Parts: sequence; C-alpha cells; structure tokens
Amino acid sequence: MKPTLEQLTQEFTQLVGPAPAAPAAVQVVDFAARGVNLDVTVAPDQVVAAAQLLDRHGFSIDTITGVDWLAQGQMEVVYDYMHFTVNLRVAVRTRVPRDDPKVPTISTIFPGANWHERETHDFFGIYFTGHPKMSPPFLLPEDADFHPLKKDYKP
Amino acid sequence: MTATQEIIYAGGGSISALPQETFVLNVGPQHPAAHGVLRILMEMDGEWITSAEPIVGYIHRMHEKMGENRTYAKFLPNTSRIDYLAAIHYTHAYVGVVERAAKIEVPLRAEYIRVITAELQRISSHLVGWGAWIMDLGGLTPILYAFDDREKILDLFEHICGARLTYCYHRFGGLCNDVDDFFLQGTRDFVPYMRKRLKMYRDLVTDNIIVRKRLEGIGIMDAEMCRRYGATGPVIRGAGIPYDVRRAEPYSIYSQFDFEIPHYPQGDSMARYLVRMDEMEQSLRIIEQALDKIPGGPIQAKLPRVLKLPAGDYCYAVEAGRGRFMIRLVSDGKDTAYRLKLRTPCLSNLSPFAEACRGMILPDALAMLGSLDLVIPDIDR
Repeated sequence: MKPTLEQLTQEFTQLVGPAPAAPAAVQVVDFAARGVNLDVTVAPDQVVAAAQLLDRHGFSIDTITGVDWLAQGQMEVVYDYMHFTVNLRVAVRTRVPRDDPKVPTISTIFPGANWHERETHDFFGIYFTGHPKMSPPFLLPEDADFHPLKKDYKP
Repeated sequence: MTATQEIIYAGGGSISALPQETFVLNVGPQHPAAHGVLRILMEMDGEWITSAEPIVGYIHRMHEKMGENRTYAKFLPNTSRIDYLAAIHYTHAYVGVVERAAKIEVPLRAEYIRVITAELQRISSHLVGWGAWIMDLGGLTPILYAFDDREKILDLFEHICGARLTYCYHRFGGLCNDVDDFFLQGTRDFVPYMRKRLKMYRDLVTDNIIVRKRLEGIGIMDAEMCRRYGATGPVIRGAGIPYDVRRAEPYSIYSQFDFEIPHYPQGDSMARYLVRMDEMEQSLRIIEQALDKIPGGPIQAKLPRVLKLPAGDYCYAVEAGRGRFMIRLVSDGKDTAYRLKLRTPCLSNLSPFAEACRGMILPDALAMLGSLDLVIPDIDR
C-alpha cells in the first residue's frame, strides 16, 4: 500500500498530539518552493516514533543533520526521509536545549542513520542516546574534542 | 577473538559450535582497490570476512563550514571538489538550491546546456568507474579505452569553461559561458562514436566469462537493505527499483525528455555493472534530444549585485553520477548560508557495505567495493 500525503499528515498529527505551543507542527509545504512535501516538528522523545511511522510506510532515510540556533539557545536536529516508489519527501525536526543536546537514536530502525548520527555528533556535539558508537569521531580527527559547526566555535 | 559462533558462508555451508581463531586484516588507508584513502578493518576467519568496519574521514575538509563562512558565490568553486569525477552535478545542485530559494528563473537555453553537460558528465563519470573497477578485477586494458573516450568529453568541457576536472561552469541563474558550434558539433559527433564504443565494451568486457564469474550472484544488496540504509543511484537500481531523482523529483528540464531508467532485479555486483552501462546509453539519448531542441537566447538571468536569500530552509536534490546528492540550505536572510548540509551518495552507498560483505571472501568483497564506485572525497567532504 502506497502512502499518500493526506494519510501521512493525519498520522503525524495524531502522533504529535494537540500541542498548543506549536499550532503548525505538521505542515504540508510546496515542493517546488522548498524541496520537501511534508515538514513535521516533533518533541525530542517522539523522533523514534516518527521514524517507526515512516518505516512502516516504506520510507528510506535520506540524511540527518543539525542546526545550531545560538540566539535561541537551542539545537535543531533535522531528519530527511525519501521514498523510492512514491514521490514524497518528509522532513522531521526537533529542538533540544543547547547546553544538553540529547536525542534518542533511530539507528535501530534505520541502520543507515548510524553514520549520519555520528557525523551530527562530530559537528554539533549532539548526543544520540542508545547509539552503538558515539566515539571516536567519524569524520573529524581521532583526537578531536571540538564541534566545528557550533556557532560559538573558535578554531 | 575466540567465541562460540555460527557463521553462514556465502557458499551455503556453515561452521558452528567450536571456538574459532579469527584475525584482523587492515585494508587501507592506502590501498589500490579503495581508489583513495579509505580504510576497512576486517575480521577474518581464514579467507572469510566475519565483520568489516569502514573507517572514513582521512580527507575530511569541512566543506559545510566553508559554506557557512563565505558568500554564496564564493562557495561555488567548492562544489566541484566534493565528487571530482561528477563535478557538474554537484555545482548544478548548489545553484539549484540557491535559485529555488531566491526564486530565480533560469533561461531555457541555459537549462538545456545544463542537461547536456550533466549527461556528458554522467558518461565520463561512469567511464572512470567502469575502467577502474575492471582494473581492480585484473583487466588492465579497459581503463585505457575508458580514459581515451573520457578525454573527448573533457576536451569538450575544457572548450566551454577552461577546466578539465573542477569545472564550476554554472552560475546562479545561468552559466559562465555560452556554448559555441564547436561544442555542439563535437557533442553531436560524440553520440554515434560513443554508441559504437559501448558496443565494443559489451563485446570486450560485459560478455567476458571472467567478469561474469567474478560479479554474478556476488555482493547482494537487495532493495530492503538499500531502503534501510538509504543507498541510491546504481546501487538501488541494481536492486530492481527504478528510483532516479531525475524522475522522482524532476529538476531542471528533465521532465521534457524521453528516457528510461535502467534497473535490474538481481541486486548483485553484475546488476550494478549493467545499470551503469545502460545508463550511458540513456544519457546519449537525452543528449541527442537536447541537441535537437536547444533554443537560442540568453544564458544568464539578471541577478541583484548582492545575493541574499529569504529566511527559511530549502532542499534540492540531483541525480549525481553515484546517486542522490541533496543540499539542505538554511538561510537566516543574510548573504551567507546559516547552515549548508551536503548529503552525498557515496556515504550512504558505503554504509551497507559492512552488512553486505559479512560471510564473503576477501576478493569478492573488493569486487563489491568496486561496484559501489566510491569517490572518497565525496564520503569525507
């Protein structure tokens, strides 16, 4: 059964729940303008459930990345998903406090997430709890104890 | 390591119950089969691999940081240096994401030239991958033929932009140079020439019994494995799924061309080989159609002097030589990117390797590594 945009929107709205602070947690966006079809904001403890939902619908992991919002004191983790047979792109994002950035790993659902999470840990210092191998660094030098994409990083 | 374990070998047999002696084999970081600085730690049980762990990052250059600390135009040359064998596709993706964010209309002639150069690039990229891979398998002749043909493409590129490897031919809203009759005629002549050569390659290599024995039924990466790891490009198409970004998320003017997406259901190294060979044929078809329809007109849209993108985040994906290349650009309204994520195909294509090579013998695993057509700077960025 192939997923449709309406179905995903509905299921994600159910997953995210009635969060009053984020009225537009599940957004259908214009692909031609943004390059994704669905943009979902979830709580940090919901990323695994979101990955399971997309896994059930046959999605594949595209990439995982972070964004450092220094002014807001937050770290954002963005999960990009793609589908090989249905032309749908979904972005799932979550925000964690900048001084203690921890997100549960989704490498148990998508093994491909393993390397993307290690890379995100390298660059931003975001810790993925339950990840099988958070150190040594993935792309950075073996002894690197810095996170170069943090906005307050000084070389 | 001594432990009680059961290992199912690729041949079908299994050895169980007894404690076994294994040893660690370090492949790389300087190894001819890696075609770059890739290191793989393999735990071997005799000839068989019980586990493998690729170790990457030896030529990490932090392109993503460079994308954040310089203006959009200044980052443009970097994009040719991520996958140096398919530079045109990467620059295309980068100008694409900026054009998407700034809502720049690209003139039609520029779009046609972008498609022609992208498909020429795909052929040249597959030629190197093909030649180098066959060289790994022990056949030294094909790479000489492949480089001979690639030379013709590089000459055409050199004529239009002056570079033979790191082109940086695209500009936001267009291209740096228009093409002339020399390029158009040269490309037109190249199509029938390459068709003849592809036939020769088929006779020389594809039907060769040694190649068949080394590749058929070996190195299985099925569709489900590709999905869980996010492997794309010839790897997913060799697993029977016709996924191609040119069709799935049509960019540029690819929706106007008639071409097939070659795919083979076997999922073995041979399937990935055949996908690449057929793709070159399809690229020639696209080039032919584009040459017939290429319009006149300008090649560059009018742009503001200082390019600032509206705040928000934007994605743009292209089908690069080795698979899906996606850029996620986060802008905060300034003249530099707030965050620039480069999603490269080789990283995702290599990550299932550890799972796929378990239980294989070493030479088969290296043949499979060749079938992934890795470019290491593309993994390390």
